[in-house]
Amino acid sequence: MTKEKFIYGMYNDDDLMIAGIKQLQSKGVHVRDAYSPFPIHGLEDVLGMKWTRIAIAAFIYGLTGLTLSIITINYMMIMDWPLNIGGKPNFSFYQNLPAFVPIMFEFTVLCAGHGMAITYFFRNMTLPGLPARNPHPRTTDDHFAIEIAEKENTNFSKEQIEELIAESGTVAVFEKERIVKFL
Amino acid sequence: MVKEAEVREPLILGKDVTYHSITEDVCRPIEGKAGKLWWLLFSVAVVLAIWGTGMILYTIGRGIGVWGLNNTIDWAWDITNFVWWVGIGHAGTLISAVLLLFRQKWRMAINRSAEAMTIFAVIMAALFPGIHMGRIWLAYFVFPIPNQFGSLWVNFNSPLLWDVFAISTYFSVSFVFWYIGLIPDFATIRDRAKGPIAKKVYSMLSFGWTGNAMAWIRFEEVSLVLAGLATPLVFSVHSIVSMDFATSVIPGWHTTIFPPYFVAGAVFSGFAMVQTLLLVIRKVLHYEKYITIQHIEMMNRIITVTGSIVGVAYLSELFISWYSGVEYEGYAFLNRATGPYWWAYFIMMTANVVSPQLFWFKKLRTSLTFSFFLSIIVNIGMWFERFVIIVTSLHRDYIPSNWSMFHPTFVDIGIYLGTIGIFFTLFLGFTRFFPVLALNELKSILKSSGEAYRGKDTGH
Repeated sequence: MTKEKFIYGMYNDDDLMIAGIKQLQSKGVHVRDAYSPFPIHGLEDVLGMKWTRIAIAAFIYGLTGLTLSIITINYMMIMDWPLNIGGKPNFSFYQNLPAFVPIMFEFTVLCAGHGMAITYFFRNMTLPGLPARNPHPRTTDDHFAIEIAEKENTNFSKEQIEELIAESGTVAVFEKERIVKFL
Repeated sequence: MVKEAEVREPLILGKDVTYHSITEDVCRPIEGKAGKLWWLLFSVAVVLAIWGTGMILYTIGRGIGVWGLNNTIDWAWDITNFVWWVGIGHAGTLISAVLLLFRQKWRMAINRSAEAMTIFAVIMAALFPGIHMGRIWLAYFVFPIPNQFGSLWVNFNSPLLWDVFAISTYFSVSFVFWYIGLIPDFATIRDRAKGPIAKKVYSMLSFGWTGNAMAWIRFEEVSLVLAGLATPLVFSVHSIVSMDFATSVIPGWHTTIFPPYFVAGAVFSGFAMVQTLLLVIRKVLHYEKYITIQHIEMMNRIITVTGSIVGVAYLSELFISWYSGVEYEGYAFLNRATGPYWWAYFIMMTANVVSPQLFWFKKLRTSLTFSFFLSIIVNIGMWFERFVIIVTSLHRDYIPSNWSMFHPTFVDIGIYLGTIGIFFTLFLGFTRFFPVLALNELKSILKSSGEAYRGKDTGH
C-alpha cells in the first residue's frame, strides 16, 4: 500500500470550484483531481482528463458473450445431441438460428453488463471492504475538494500553493495523506 | 451550467433546498427511528410473509397436488402470479433505463425506489416457476450442464429455457445497475454515520467510494451503457414470457400480438405499482418536495398511454379471433367474455381499458387520492388479465369431456398473499436502510431544475 501527501482546497459550491480551478490553472498551478458529491458535467475538460474507454470494453465483453453462446448452443444442440423436436430436427445451426437468437442475445447482454461492471469496480478501485479515500467526509455531502500535488508544482513552494488555493474562493485548505495504490 | 426553460415546472420544490438539505432529507429515515405507521405496515407484511413461507414449504413437502390444478388446467394461479410479478418489475427498468436514454430528468426522484421494486418483484416472480417444478431440489436441470444421465442437454429451442436466461440476466443486470447507482449514496451515509456498526456496514456497502473526477466519469459512462443494455433487455424479457404462451397451440394463446401486448401490459402494471409505492413513500417519509404532483402526473400519463395500448390489443385480439375464421380461436374469445369466467373478463376490461381513460381529466390525474385508488385498481385488473389469459384458455379444451373449472385452494391464495408479504417486507426494509431517493442524481439537477435556483444566475 502506497501513501502520498496532497494539498486540498475545499469549496462549498460546484461553480465556485470550477472557477477556482480555472483561476489556479491560469496562474500555472496543476490541479490533479477533484472530489464532488455528484457528477459535474464539463469537469473533465477543465481538468484535462480523457474520457473513459469502458464502453469499448463492454462491447468486447458483449462480443465474447455472443461467441461463447454460439459455440455452446452449436455444441449442445447440433453436434453433441441433435434432437428431432416436433419434426424439426437439429442438424444445422443456420436453419435453427431463429430459435437460438433469444439466448444469444441474453447471454451477450449478460456478459457485457457484468464484464463492464467488474471492470468499473477494478478501475475505480471500489471493491467491498476497501477503506474510504475521499479527503473529507463532507465531499460526499455538499462540499467539493481539489487535489494538488506538491511535486507536480515545483515552481511554487508549499506555502505559495496554499496561498493561491486560499485566494481562489475556498472555505478550507489542508494537507492530508491518502492511499494512492493498494498493491 | 445548463439551465432549463423557466416555463418548465421545477422538479425540486422549496426555495430553501440546498445540497446539504437534500442529504439531510434522504438520510433522515435511515438515521432516525421508524414511525408507528412503518411498524404497522411492516408487521402486517411480516405476518403475510411468514404465512406465505409456510405455504411454500407445505407445497414443497407435499407436492403441487395441494394446489387447485387439475388435468385440464395445469397452469393457473402460480403462473398468473409469475407473469404479474415479472410485469410489475418492468416499470423500474423502464424508468431508470429508458427514461435515462430519453434524458427525462423527472425520473431522478423516483428511479431508486422503482428499481428496488423491480428487484424485489423479480425475486417474487422467479419463486413461482421454481416451486411449480415440484421437485425444487432438481432446479439445476434448467441450466445447460451435463447431468448424471449422460450428455442430455437443455432445449435451446424452448421458450421456457429462454425464460430462464432472460429472467436471470434481467435480474442480475438490474441488480448491478441499481447497486452501481447506490454506491455513491452509501458513501454519503458512511461519511455521516455516527454509530460504529452503521459506519462499518455502510463502509462495506460503499466499496470505498471516493467521488473523484475520473470515478464520476466512469460512473456516468457505465450508467449510460447499462441503460442502453437494459432497454432491449426489458423488452425482451416480457416478450419471452409471452412466448411461453404464444408458441403453444392453445386457442387464445397462439397469437403473434402477444409480445408487444405483454410488454405494454407489463409497463402498465409496473407503473401502477410504482405509483402505489411512491404515494406511500411520499406521505410516510415526507418527500413532497422531491416527488411532486408533476411526477405523479407524468406517471399517470404513461399509465394512460400503456393502458390504451393494452385496450387496443384486447380489441384486436377479439377482432382477429373472428376475422381469422378459426372456430376454436373464435370460441376461446367468446367463452372468455360470456363463459363461466365472464366476471374475470369484465374486471379485466373495466380496470385496464376503461379506468385509465379517466386520467384524460387533469383534475383526476393530479389528484393524489384518485391516483392511489386507480393504481390499486390497475394492479388488480392486470392480475385478472393474466388469470383470464391463462385459465380461460385452458379450462375448455378441444374435447368437451375435458372441460373443467379452476378452484384455488388455500395454499394457492396463501402463497400469493405470502409473496405480497415478502415483497413489502423487503421494500419496507429498503426504505429504512437504503437511500430511497437517488442523492447524487437529485443534487446534479438541483441547479437546473430546482425551485431554489429559479431566476438566479449561477455563473458561467
